[in-house]
Amino acid sequence: MSLTFTLASRNLFHDRLRFIATLIGIVFSVVLVMVQMGLYLGFGHMVTTMIDHTSADIWVVPKGAKSFEDPSLLDLKLRDRVAGVQGVASANPLVIGFSDWRLDSGEVTPVFIVGVDPHDGGLQPWNVVDGDVRALSQGPTVAVDHSYFDRLGVKGVGGTAEIRGRRVKVVAVTDGIRSFTTTPYVFVDVKNARTYTGTPPDRASDLLVRLKPDADRGKTIEAIKAQVGDAGVLSTAEFRKRSHDFWLFGTGAGAALFAGALLGAIVGTVIVAQTLYSSTKDHLSEFATLRAMGSSNSYIYNVIIYQALLNALIGFSFAAAIGAVVVRMTAKSALPIVITPWLVAALLALTVVMCVISAIGAIFRIVRIDPATVFMR
Amino acid sequence: MTDEMTDCIIEAKSVIRKFGSGAREVHALRGIDLSVRRGELTLLMGPSGSGKTTLLLVLGCMLTPTSGTVTICGTSTSNLDKEALAKLRRDHIGFVFQSYHLFPTLTAVQNVQLALDIRGEHGRRAVKRSDEALARVGLESKIRARPNELSGGEQQRVAIARAIVANPSIILADEPTAALDGENGRTIMRSLADIAHERDRAVLVVTHDPRVIPFADRIVHIEDGLLADEAPARSNGCVRPKL
Repeated sequence: MSLTFTLASRNLFHDRLRFIATLIGIVFSVVLVMVQMGLYLGFGHMVTTMIDHTSADIWVVPKGAKSFEDPSLLDLKLRDRVAGVQGVASANPLVIGFSDWRLDSGEVTPVFIVGVDPHDGGLQPWNVVDGDVRALSQGPTVAVDHSYFDRLGVKGVGGTAEIRGRRVKVVAVTDGIRSFTTTPYVFVDVKNARTYTGTPPDRASDLLVRLKPDADRGKTIEAIKAQVGDAGVLSTAEFRKRSHDFWLFGTGAGAALFAGALLGAIVGTVIVAQTLYSSTKDHLSEFATLRAMGSSNSYIYNVIIYQALLNALIGFSFAAAIGAVVVRMTAKSALPIVITPWLVAALLALTVVMCVISAIGAIFRIVRIDPATVFMR
Repeated sequence: MTDEMTDCIIEAKSVIRKFGSGAREVHALRGIDLSVRRGELTLLMGPSGSGKTTLLLVLGCMLTPTSGTVTICGTSTSNLDKEALAKLRRDHIGFVFQSYHLFPTLTAVQNVQLALDIRGEHGRRAVKRSDEALARVGLESKIRARPNELSGGEQQRVAIARAIVANPSIILADEPTAALDGENGRTIMRSLADIAHERDRAVLVVTHDPRVIPFADRIVHIEDGLLADEAPARSNGCVRPKL
C-alpha cells in the first residue's frame, strides 16, 4: 500500500484541534443537509399518505383539484357514468372536508374528515392498533389516530365527542396516521361524512376507480375522460405527483428545504476548503521536499485527496449517527424526518464530492510550490 | 567514448543563471563548466553568496539555467517541463538537505520508504529495502523512531538512507554537516564517502565547512558565480582519511 494514505492520515490527525474543527464543520453541514432532505422526504410522504394508502387505479377529481385535500366537489352522477365504462370494476365516492370536533370538555378543535366505504377496500384506516374498522358503517362512529388523543379528548376505543353537534364514538384506533396540517384526520363512513362536512348527497370529493384485471389502462382512462367532462382523470401515480408537487413546490415549502440543504452544502464545502488549505500551507515544506525528491504532482494530489476523503468518511459517520438519533426522535412527531437508504447513499456521495471540491484550493496551492524552497534554510 | 566521458554523470556547460532584470539583475552563475563523476566525492566550496546553492539547484534540476546546458546521465535538462525535471530527479538523484527535511509524523523507516514510494515501489519489498538502507547508515535499531526522537546526526543519517535507498546515480548534499557537531559531521561524511567509493556513485557536497575536506576526492571552488579553481584533494594538500 502506498504511503500517501499514511501521510494523509498523519497530516490529518497530527493537528487534532484543526481536525476536530473540520469534523464539526462537516458534521454540521451534513446534518443540516440531512435534516432538510429528511424533512423534504417526510413532508412529501405525509402529503401523499392518503393517496399512497388508497387501493385505486384511477382517481376522478374535480376540475383543477391540486391535491387530496382540495375542497372542490364532483357531481355524483359521474359515478354511474364511470362505472359503466368498459374495463371499470368499481367507482366509489370519497367525501372529505374540514369539520369541528367538540370534546366532552366543551372545547372545539378542527378535524379533517375522511369519509370512506369501510367495505369496498378503496381507502381504509391502516395500522389499526385497536377496535374494528368495519364498525365505521354501524352508526355515528369514527376511527382516530392515538397520537391525537389529547387533541381530541379521547382515550381510546369507546371515547366519545361531537362532530357538528352529532355524537360520535371511537370504534377504531390507528398508529401513525398524522396530518401535515396538524389537523387530525378522522375516518368516518362516507354517508356520515356528508353530514359532518356539509357535502350535499349528490356530490362527492373524488371517485376512486378500480379497473378489471384485463382492462387496458390507457384506453380505459381515455374512455373515462370522455364520460366526465371537465373533471380530472388521473392515475394514482399522477395524482400522487400532482399532490406532492403542489404542497412542496406550489407552496414554496420544498424550495425552502432545498435552499437550506444547498446552504448546508456550501457552508460545509467552505469550512473543509478553508481547513484543508490551511493544513496544506502548514505542510508546504513537506510537500516541497517530496517535489524536490522527484515526486510527481499527482502523488502529492493523492495525499490531499486522501485527506479530503478521510475528512468526508469520518465526518459522514458522525453525521449519520446523529441522523439516526434525529430520525428516532422525530418518528412520532408532527413532521417526522425520513431518511431512506437512497438519501444516505446520496449524502455520502455529496459529502465526498464536497470534500474533494474543497481540496481544489489546496491543490492549486501545491501547483505553485517551488521545490527549491527546501534549500532555503 | 572515453572512460572519463562514461564516468561523467552530471555535466554543466557554460551555465549562466541570472535573477531579476534591468538594474536589479543579478548574475548568480557566470559561465560554469563542471563535470561530476561517479566514484568520487566532490566538494563544492565557496563563501556565502558565491553561487553554491544556485549551482546545486541547477544541477539538481530545480532551477533552469538562463543559458548553457546541464546533462544528467545523458539527458539534457533543456526544454524539459517541471514534471519531466521531477522525473529526472526521481530516476537519478538523491538529495541530502542541511535541515534534513524529514517528515515529522512518519517513522524513520517510513521516511526512507517515501523515496521508494514516489517511484511506485510499495509493500514489503520497499520496507525491506528501507530497513537495509537504515542499517547501512547504522540506524537498524531506530527504524521505528520518529524524527523528534532522534539526534541531529541520526536525523541526517536517516536523510542519507532516504537519498540512497532507491539507488540513484547521483547524491547531491547541501551543507550536510552544518548543523552537526564534529563527531556526527565525520560520521555523515564517512557515509557519503562510502556511497561514492563502495557504491560507485557521484556525490557532490556543497559546503563551507573545512572539516569535511579530508573526505573529498576532489574540491571545486566557486566565487562570484565562477569556478575559481579545481584540484584533486591530494594535490590540494588534503589526505583522504582511512574509512
